[in-house]
Amino acid sequence: MIRKLLRYARKYWVYAVLAPLSIAAEVILEVNIPRIMANIVDIGIAAKDLGYITQMGILMIFMAILSLFFGALAARLASVASTGFAKELRRGLFYKIQDFSFANIDKFSTASLITRLTADVNNAQMTFMMMIRMMVRAPMMLVMATAMAVTLNARLSVTFFVAIPILAAAMIIITKAAYPKFREMLKKYDKLNAVIQENLIGIRVVKAFVRGDYENEKFADIANQVREAQIRAEKIVVWNMPIMQFVMYGCMLAVAWFGGNLIISGNMQSGQLMGFISYISQILISLMMIGMIFVMFVISRVSLARINEVLEEKIDIVEKKDNITEVKDGSIVFNDVSFSYAGKKGNPVLEDINLSIKPGETIGIIGGTGSGKTTLVQLIPRLYDVTGGSILVGGVDVRDYSLSSLRDAVAMVLQKNVLFSGTIKDNLRWGNENATDEEIIEACKIAQAHDFIMSFPDGYNTVLGQGGVNVSGGQRQRLCIARALLKKPKIIILDDSTSAVDTSTDSKIRAALRSEDLFSRIYKDLKKEKITTIIIAQRIASVMDADRIIVMDDGRINAVGTHEELLNSNAIYREVYESQLKGVAEHAGT
Amino acid sequence: MPGPNPNRGHNVPFRPKNVGKTVKRILEYMKPYKIQLILVMILVIVSSFASIAGTYFLKPLFNNYIIPLIGMQNPDLSDFLRIIGIMAVIYAAGILASYGYNRLMINISVGTLYRMRTDMFRHMQTLPIKYFDTHTHGELMSRYTNDIDAMRNMLSQSFVHLFSSGITVIGVFVAMLVLSPVLTIVVVAMLFLMIFVIKKLGAQSGKYFREQQTAIGSLNGYIEEMIEGQKVVKVFNHEAKAKEQFDALNEKLFEASKGAHSFAGMLRPIMGNLSYIHYSITAIVGAILAITTGFDLGSLASFLQYTRSFSQPITQMSEQFNTILMALAGAERIFELLDEKPEVDDGVVTLVNAEFDSSGRLRETDRRTGIWAWRIPEGSSAKYVHLKGDIRFSNVVFGYEEGKTVLKNITLYAKPGQKIAFVGSTGAGKTTVTNLINRFYDINEGEILYDGINIKNIKKADLRRSLSMVLQDTHLFTGTVMENIRYGRLDATDEEVIEAAKLANADSFIRHLPDGYNTMITADGMNLSQGQRQLLAIARAAVANPPVLILDEATSSIDTRTEALIEKGMNRLMEGRTVFVIAHRLSTVRNANAIMVIENGEIIERGSHDELIALGGRYYQLYTGMFELS
Repeated sequence: MIRKLLRYARKYWVYAVLAPLSIAAEVILEVNIPRIMANIVDIGIAAKDLGYITQMGILMIFMAILSLFFGALAARLASVASTGFAKELRRGLFYKIQDFSFANIDKFSTASLITRLTADVNNAQMTFMMMIRMMVRAPMMLVMATAMAVTLNARLSVTFFVAIPILAAAMIIITKAAYPKFREMLKKYDKLNAVIQENLIGIRVVKAFVRGDYENEKFADIANQVREAQIRAEKIVVWNMPIMQFVMYGCMLAVAWFGGNLIISGNMQSGQLMGFISYISQILISLMMIGMIFVMFVISRVSLARINEVLEEKIDIVEKKDNITEVKDGSIVFNDVSFSYAGKKGNPVLEDINLSIKPGETIGIIGGTGSGKTTLVQLIPRLYDVTGGSILVGGVDVRDYSLSSLRDAVAMVLQKNVLFSGTIKDNLRWGNENATDEEIIEACKIAQAHDFIMSFPDGYNTVLGQGGVNVSGGQRQRLCIARALLKKPKIIILDDSTSAVDTSTDSKIRAALRSEDLFSRIYKDLKKEKITTIIIAQRIASVMDADRIIVMDDGRINAVGTHEELLNSNAIYREVYESQLKGVAEHAGT
Repeated sequence: MPGPNPNRGHNVPFRPKNVGKTVKRILEYMKPYKIQLILVMILVIVSSFASIAGTYFLKPLFNNYIIPLIGMQNPDLSDFLRIIGIMAVIYAAGILASYGYNRLMINISVGTLYRMRTDMFRHMQTLPIKYFDTHTHGELMSRYTNDIDAMRNMLSQSFVHLFSSGITVIGVFVAMLVLSPVLTIVVVAMLFLMIFVIKKLGAQSGKYFREQQTAIGSLNGYIEEMIEGQKVVKVFNHEAKAKEQFDALNEKLFEASKGAHSFAGMLRPIMGNLSYIHYSITAIVGAILAITTGFDLGSLASFLQYTRSFSQPITQMSEQFNTILMALAGAERIFELLDEKPEVDDGVVTLVNAEFDSSGRLRETDRRTGIWAWRIPEGSSAKYVHLKGDIRFSNVVFGYEEGKTVLKNITLYAKPGQKIAFVGSTGAGKTTVTNLINRFYDINEGEILYDGINIKNIKKADLRRSLSMVLQDTHLFTGTVMENIRYGRLDATDEEVIEAAKLANADSFIRHLPDGYNTMITADGMNLSQGQRQLLAIARAAVANPPVLILDEATSSIDTRTEALIEKGMNRLMEGRTVFVIAHRLSTVRNANAIMVIENGEIIERGSHDELIALGGRYYQLYTGMFELS
């Protein structure tokens, strides 16, 4: 997995390799400094050789400057490499998600996709930077400093070989003990956030039922659990510093004692001891850093796995190599179509669908929740692929078209109407990048949106906030219809897209969709042709005047016919009609 | 949704507006831990002192106990051992102190965070609905998560590190001064150089850091939007454009963060190596001094060690700088929340259990009688008014924002037990009316009388207890079905809950759930269908058994079978109560005593269903949209 992810750093491999080299140079220089100092004391001062001292001193300063240069360079290189890696990773993820089909998107929730693109990539970036900088520096420092110490005085170095394992063992024990406690704490923390989230979303319910105190108690309870879990976890980690200090000071004392003895017996010189003491901190600190690297690695593994999951996901809607790019007309044929979200093995959501829709027809679809209406229409622009059977649009199997030409020809106004931040005009241009202002205005007039747009002070240049929150539900639906119309589609599918619009506006929209002037009103050079319209609605009034109405039940087509035919022959249709409109129809006559 | 804030606020400011004020406020907030904090500071001083002292001892160690003994045949090591012993004791004290203050800080920081969280939550419960409507959930959640996390880092680490670094620097400087004033001049020169470097680096990295934050905000905002609307992107073949726009934002972020991390990353190596330069210069000057003035080796050894421990805390302090600033910015936002004005509740009238005494007068009682009365305090005693559900609007004017009136001059009268239905196009003001009856918002002009009492005089909690609401969007809580229904009345018995569920026609589907009434509902009821959630909401309102009911009918698709159950359930719930319903079902409207057609915030038609159809006006239009309008 790591190898696959590292591919994203390829563009910046030069930086990624140079950085550790730079650090290596830095370490080599750093490690030699205490040694030179030892020589200054033992050789220079002892012999009162000012010349030697000055020479060595200048050498030391020169080495330090060089080391500084390499260190700063390494920082820059590592930074470019890691931020570059993050950039490529983010790009890879985003591009992959753009290629996702609906089924792929369903698999990962949007919230989790967003977290992967943001928080997880950040973790990956930090880890990569750590890797480049520490993974070379710490072990190198450890080894070289120990080597230097040994060359200064082999016997004294034994203290290190006692201290290092002790420190390492302590670090491992602490980390192992703390890890599960931290996971426990994170779980409680998630629960805490869930309570807050619920209260934010359901604040009206909380206030309406006057449950403020109850919720406060609930919160205090879980907050207390978080507190206790956190203390349990941190109580363990808190041992890190004292143990480190213990080992460090212990080393110093041991070195001072044994070293002192060696000096006294003439087996060692003062300068060497002073140098040795300097190496103590270098060695122990690099050991601690190695420990930190491991911890970072463990924490980041989760993020790396999540990123990889998305990158490895197989996209299930693939377009054929030689595909057709022109859709002849808006005819639709369903041949023995069946579909299940889980592929061949799952429960079928649609079965035995056979339909033939002529170009220009207006089809209404009615049926309860779970009857399969939305699923049915989503198959037409290949948002999902059929599990069995085939669908023809314009006489050609939808799988033979290129995805972009198929989707240009089939416009869908989804149940969830999403607009994006930008002006109204920007949003409408999603239908057609090159639409002129007149074309846009005409489309909005047809969708009964023009009037309310002009009622805004900035008109078509009104800025919509994220998610389009400053327009009402009905207004949003109409904008989405206008946006779809600008595509010049051969087929338009309205999935319950007028539910928030009042009935008279709804009927005006439908009337406009039926006329054959529809597109010539918008695009002056197009010839007159009727657009195939499919309307899914809850309101019988919206589908009553369709050329044909399909009644769906439990994934199958229950009946197809005109309003009168169904009223006479279909129980389900009749039931819905009566519950919605019976009383009113009686008065219509008067 | 009334007055939402379209600005998602992704560019969260990371610099505090007023550092001094915020720091003072945080310290005040931590007052309960005053003694422990002082103890922590003492222990930090002890720990720093221990490490400084330990290093100082190198001087006497070399000078007095090692060097004099060089060459001796049978040296007396007892003094040498003794001084090692003393150093050991000092170091031990340092270790204990460092364990001590770290352990204490855990308690202090965790405890403070607990208080902050609960204070925020408690205070949030008192805020008016307007606050929730004008701030996005994301924004509010980020107070509890990002901002508290930043505080946590600051409290448990930065604060202590900053203090101990500060003490260490001062202590080391003093020690160096004592050892050798001459060499200390070098130190001071180095210090100026270090500060100069820090400032330069800080300015550069600060600039890039700010750019990075902006870029992150834009990119994250873009990602969120695109991914939330990914299906629309596919339907409109917008993928290529989306990739293009993403690349532009991604590139910007790369440029900014490249710079930010470079400069931030350079700090340690530069500072570390500056200290080596310092070390080198000190070695040279020290050696010269040793030769010329007889400066002793012990002092030199100590001093050299100090130069190493001088730059480290300075580096640490500058690294912590940014973290602390960000935490302070977070703290500011938290305090902002805590300072928000709570709902004003200056009502005096309360709701009490009552019973009729022998002469037919109302009297307060402790028992649950099912009879409720308004208790109006009069001097030292009180007057009681029977809760019947008589509601009157007189010339009510209201707007969510200044200058934007949503309701103009609404007058209506609901006798106890009547059903008033509101119809009208989206945004006409129907939901707003219901927001006013239970004082989620207060009216600008006019008055609303409840059983003859102005609702402004009734305590909000009591007012709301007398009403029950079933909203368009059902909100459920994590818990069992039983607990969710019981939310309507916390002291309802299991039998009463089941009774309510039966009334709402929810009982049969509940019994078909895997654990029946003990089935856990998760994440706002995601494991139930829309229809089932509605039924639970009706049951919840039923168990509360209120005299007044506010119903906002859902418009979203529900299958016909459940739809029929909901309709019957709603009808049964409405029996015998005063009901205000925002109606979308024909059956609901037809059973209403009076229908109010609201358009542009005014009631333009009122009457019964038959009267309004005969009128042939807006109501007629709304419900007969299928007929061609000439």
